[in-house]
Amino acid sequence: MSFARRLLPPLVSGLLFGAGLTVSGMTDPQRVRGFLDVFGDWDPTLAFVMGGAVIVMAVAWTIQSRMRTPMFGAKFSLPDRKDLDGRLIAGSVLFGIGWGIAGLCPGPAIAALALSPISVLPFIGAMLAGMLLQKITMERKVIRP
Amino acid sequence: MLPGFPDAQPVAGLVGGVLIGLAAALMLLGAGRIAGVSGILARGTGIARGDMAMTSAWGFIVGLPLGALAIRSGFDWEPATFASWPVLIVAGLLVGFGTRMGSGCTSGHGVCGVSRLSQRSIVATASFMAAGIATVFVLSLVGD
Repeated sequence: MSFARRLLPPLVSGLLFGAGLTVSGMTDPQRVRGFLDVFGDWDPTLAFVMGGAVIVMAVAWTIQSRMRTPMFGAKFSLPDRKDLDGRLIAGSVLFGIGWGIAGLCPGPAIAALALSPISVLPFIGAMLAGMLLQKITMERKVIRP
Repeated sequence: MLPGFPDAQPVAGLVGGVLIGLAAALMLLGAGRIAGVSGILARGTGIARGDMAMTSAWGFIVGLPLGALAIRSGFDWEPATFASWPVLIVAGLLVGFGTRMGSGCTSGHGVCGVSRLSQRSIVATASFMAAGIATVFVLSLVGD
């Protein structure tokens, strides 16, 4: 039972997430780049995707505020930072540049493994390398006495 | 469908967006976590530490392509066009480095954080949207 509780909610969440990305055309980099092309041939589809997702999640957050524990877990494990820092902005800008170049962000890239594996594999490999590089170069060193 | 935007797919976009919202809601209310793809990917691959069980991280990761497959199977569909490998590699490095440095991507900040009215996520989302728009604009000037 414990294994099923750990596996099933995230698995079903991933299934719904991948289905939603595909239905909305977000696994197509041209459609994503079309949204970012506001000075050219703008395609507003992504705004509808974000809008639909944010409305549902806004309801979910109000439900969450009345719950003590999640339905299938022992406790909520949520980000609690409130400070703005340079890393948040610089990191997001770097991500945005990569997003604009290829029209891919992490979710659609992983979902597209089922649709266009040869095309997204180099992106995913480089993305994991970039994550590792960030960890190696920027993560605080633990100083042992 | 949408006046002035013949290529836009507002209905498909909204339906897909609601599915993504339900996915994130299930992760929040069911598992008590943020459905942030970059963070869960880093956790699943061991790049980031965290208290999310590997079983949970990999369940979510494997679900993404299975969900895409479920939508596409049984229908005729045209494969999307992707950039060349060298371009994809440069973009992938930036996306990987940037999402870890900025603590999230379109799903964690853009969907989960913005809907929570998190100040950090709103700033992050505005930053990556602006950078994406600027990048596409600059690339269109140099002929893409």
